[in-house]
Amino acid sequence: MSLETLCGAWLAVGLSLCIYSFLYRDNPFFKLGEHIFVGASVGYLLVITYHEVMLKKLAVPLIEQHEWRLIIPLILGLLLLARFLPRLAWTSRLTFAFILGVSSGVAIPRLLSSFVLQQVQGTLKPLVTVGPAGISFGLAELNTVLILIGVVSVLVYFFFSVEHTGSVRRVARVGSCFLMISFGAAFGYTVMARMSLLIGRFDELILYATPEYGYATVWLLGLVTGGLVWWQRRVRQAETQAPPDGAE
Amino acid sequence: MAPLPSVSGFPDPSAGSRHRSGRLGWLLLLGLVFALVVGTKALASDSRLTGEAFDMPGDGGGSIGLRWQGNFEEMAEAHYQIVLSDREQGVFQPVVTLPANTHYEKNRVAPWWMSGTPHPQAHFLQVSTVAESPLLNGRRYFVKILALIGDERFESRVFSAVPQPNWFQWAKLNNFLFMLAFSASVLLSIRSARTKPTLFLRRIPGIDAVEEAIGRAAETGRPIVYLTGSGELTGRGDASNMSTIAATVLLGEVAKRSAVSGTAIKVPHRSPIVMAIAQDMVKDAYRTAGRPDGHADESNFFIAADQFAYTAAVDGIMLRERPAANFFIGYYYAESLLLAETGAATGAMQIAGTDAEHQLPFFIATCDYTLIGEELYAASAYLSRDPALVGTLRGQDLGKGFLLVGLVAGTGLLTLGDMTGVTIWETAVQIFHDFR
Repeated sequence: MSLETLCGAWLAVGLSLCIYSFLYRDNPFFKLGEHIFVGASVGYLLVITYHEVMLKKLAVPLIEQHEWRLIIPLILGLLLLARFLPRLAWTSRLTFAFILGVSSGVAIPRLLSSFVLQQVQGTLKPLVTVGPAGISFGLAELNTVLILIGVVSVLVYFFFSVEHTGSVRRVARVGSCFLMISFGAAFGYTVMARMSLLIGRFDELILYATPEYGYATVWLLGLVTGGLVWWQRRVRQAETQAPPDGAE
Repeated sequence: MAPLPSVSGFPDPSAGSRHRSGRLGWLLLLGLVFALVVGTKALASDSRLTGEAFDMPGDGGGSIGLRWQGNFEEMAEAHYQIVLSDREQGVFQPVVTLPANTHYEKNRVAPWWMSGTPHPQAHFLQVSTVAESPLLNGRRYFVKILALIGDERFESRVFSAVPQPNWFQWAKLNNFLFMLAFSASVLLSIRSARTKPTLFLRRIPGIDAVEEAIGRAAETGRPIVYLTGSGELTGRGDASNMSTIAATVLLGEVAKRSAVSGTAIKVPHRSPIVMAIAQDMVKDAYRTAGRPDGHADESNFFIAADQFAYTAAVDGIMLRERPAANFFIGYYYAESLLLAETGAATGAMQIAGTDAEHQLPFFIATCDYTLIGEELYAASAYLSRDPALVGTLRGQDLGKGFLLVGLVAGTGLLTLGDMTGVTIWETAVQIFHDFR
């Protein structure tokens, strides 16, 4: 096994255990892991943005291929930096207005299409099936009825300018029940997915506990546990030695 | 005049020539007959395969349409093959081979305001790639339709079309009309809200709790943590755009109240763009509340764009600073439970608001109050009582009312249509369909 792989395994185990130490409480190991994580991700983002956006999408096409239209995003981007100059800070609002306008303009038709029309299209179905044997009502039709009741009652629940009293209140309650049932199902489904992620992480920690990787998990688990015990004792000592609140 | 005598020992050349011309005549005659037979057969195949190629109307470009008719549908194992080239005399590459009794135009899913009345036997195909390369706008493409029946092969003449992008996607006409109608109802409702400022808005417990949370923070002297979520404002039209904008608007209202009560507010960010907008919102809120001196530029700060680096850092802030109240407003992904669970462990009062339906259960389980879906958009109207926002809410309600009536009436008519055999209602409810 190469030295890089071995170092990578030890680093992965160490950082995983540092982050898992949060399960006990906020501690120096978690702080170490947190700061490395934040620092590395910001550094990575900076490098990626410089190479993939500023060089590839702006500098190279503008300077080498003379794509002059890219001057517009360049100016809009520079206006964002004007926030650091108090006298010109207002110009950054032009860029924000542009971003918000474009974001809303692109999002509204998509939302109307996905969250309104496609939902209505999926709900608008006949409640019975007419075949050669006549009219039938089976499980598929029951499903259609349930979807219709669910959609209508949830829509009523989300009426804000109508007071929820009388029959409106009853229908809204049905809508609320539909919402809670769907949230319960989503909760269970997502928890299962998270368990799968946890199992994947544990698989890796178990793999790195083998002699091939120098018992990385075992050694580092011992180190983190020992460190936590030592740190906790120091905290307790400091607490007992500190003067009580309000004492001179 | 007497004929010239022939040269001795040599046959009469004119006689040989007559013999050769006779043979040539026979050959020509045979060739003519052969050409006639083959030509007649070729003409017959041409006449059986008629069609046209055209630029697909109302699309973003990069595709052409083919409409054709043939008389091969009844033949067993008959197939149509579409071949395409970018030169009329060039090498034609196969695009697709279809069974002859499929791809009828009458079965094409298209809105009634675009489809017209197709010929019952007409076939239709939209071509947007050839040899896995997309068709280029502005380039003329040449197409032939081949009918393959066993070893026999019949070719149509060459059709051509130039794909071009169009300004208007006619299949989305209903979307456009709905957008205009909803916009009109919102504008009229805003006008009505301005003339009638006491427009009714029902109570939402989560919004009422905002005042309580800020009051609690003021009493304990601890800060408020307000998260605007993981949504981006990049101009790409992500699903998170709307809730992120709503989160920044609500931040203004919360900041106004915290400015009045003298409570510190901390807003950690994942997105630099959202951070810059939130900075302006908070600054404006302090100015509106008459406390511009109370605003600290550091209240909005960037942590990291990475999802879990951000989560780890915010968890650390919650544990170390022990805020009195946490607001999780905007669009969230898998970090929702990690954030809200840590906040709950610190004993902070927590209010969440998101339209990310997969994260709502986690907020409901761990927060004191949760604004579900559209309640998030209602929150800023409810808190500010700004006629523009209240009117918008009223306009949205009118839109929902219209959809509700459309759903109930449409389902009833479709059911009735199915039972009585009337198909007109299926066509009518196409106004609620989303065509691509």
